[in-house]
Order: sequence, then C-alpha cells, then structure tokens
Amino acid sequence: MRPGAKLHFSLLLQAVDAMSQTPPRVRIQHGAFNVSQEIAELQANDPRVGAVCTFLGTVRDRNIQSEAHAASVRSLELEHYPGMTEKSIEAMIDEAHGRFDMYGARVVHRIGVLAPTEQVVLVVVTSAHRGESFQACEFLMDYLKTQAPFWKKESTPTGVHWVDARVSDDAALARWGIQAHNAG
Amino acid sequence: MQVHIKYFASIRERLGRASEQWDSTAATLGELRQALVQRDALEDHPLAAGRAVRIALNQVMCEEEARLAPGCEVAFFPPVTGG
Repeated sequence: MRPGAKLHFSLLLQAVDAMSQTPPRVRIQHGAFNVSQEIAELQANDPRVGAVCTFLGTVRDRNIQSEAHAASVRSLELEHYPGMTEKSIEAMIDEAHGRFDMYGARVVHRIGVLAPTEQVVLVVVTSAHRGESFQACEFLMDYLKTQAPFWKKESTPTGVHWVDARVSDDAALARWGIQAHNAG
Repeated sequence: MQVHIKYFASIRERLGRASEQWDSTAATLGELRQALVQRDALEDHPLAAGRAVRIALNQVMCEEEARLAPGCEVAFFPPVTGG
C-alpha cells in the first residue's frame, strides 16, 4: 500500500469514529435530562458559539381547554410513534438549519407518565448571535407541537382523557409559512 | 397488497389493537381508510369520514391521495399533542 493511501485510510477511520461518537440530535426517553449537561454537550467548547437558546417545556396542572379540569391535572401520559418521531424531528432540525444561521440543535422529549412540574421537552440551539438561536428555537417548538407524533393523556379527578390539539398551535406554525393541518 | 398498519393514542384504544397486517385492494391512503371502516362495521368508527385523523405513510405525514406500495407502513392517529 502506498503511504498516502494508508494515511487516507486512517483519516477515514478517524472520521467514521468521530461520526459514531457524535451525540444524537434527537432523543426520546423516559427519564429526566440535565439541562446544563445538554447545553455543554451541544456547545462542545465550540468557540464560534456566542448564543445558546434553550426552551424547556414542563407539565402544567391546569387544563386550559376545560374549566371543569382547571388546576386538576394529576399526571400526563405521553405516547409516541417510535421511529417516526425521531425521523420527523431530525427533518425539522434540517429545515431549521436551512432557514437560520445556526450551528447546532438538540431536542430531548420525554415519554411515559409525568407529574406536574416535571420536564417534558428540551430544545437547545447554538448560533453566533442571539437572534438566530431565539428564532430557530421557537421555530423548532412550533413545528414539533403540530408535526411530531406525540399524544398526551391527562389524568384528572374525573377520569382520564386525551388532550385535544389546539388551533393556536397550528397558527403558531403558520407564522413560519408552514400549514400544520393538525388541529384544524 | 400487504400493508402493515399501526394505530396510536385514542384510535388505538377505540379499535383495541396497536397494529395489524392486512391484504388490501386499496390504492391510496384514503381508500385504505374507507376499507377499514367498512370492514370493521364498528359504531362510531374512529377512522370514519369527518373524524380528525392524521395519516403517515412510511413514517411521513401524508394526504389521503398518497398511493400505497406493497409492504408499506401506514399509521393512523389523532392530531398530535406533544411538546
């Protein structure tokens, strides 16, 4: 083998190794996450990053769709479509990269039974300046709310019921020029 | 053609099953939906016309006009409520 060829081969191996060690951009998990750790991993000592925008969604005890169920949600159960969930959010991140001058994004979403105040979803975006990461973070959440296959079931004193999709979430995505066709 | 069908959330609960293999003559997602409603003869079928149903073909959201292919995966579910 020529020395050059050997060098190329070892560089290729290094590249494959680096790719396999790249943390996934999307994770669906039962357990809680550590926000500081997620930010640190995404930023990964990248000196280009001047802005990290984080959205953390938590379980609320109020069902805003129903007066009868106000302040009475005991727990939420989250179901998803394994495989499609990850793929659809990956596609959303690709779309965000096309729209905003951003460096990286990470989305972590929990499933299973969660109590009020617990974490549900985390979106982290890095960029050089704050504007792009603020926008990309909001875009990703608006997209996820109406296009990622998750469903919430609420447990209240009067029983268990599936949460209805909200027209206002479709409207939020429409601001980005995308028709959600979810609740409406 | 053989179609692998999945159901989620309230639709899964109402039908009492999470998935099934079905040999269908339907050409499109919409035809498959209609055929399932006719086959099940279930009162207040969750896939009946007018019900809020979203459909994914091979794990991508699609309209009812999308065409089926042998061995494809079709999922029926209510509007999504994650985040």
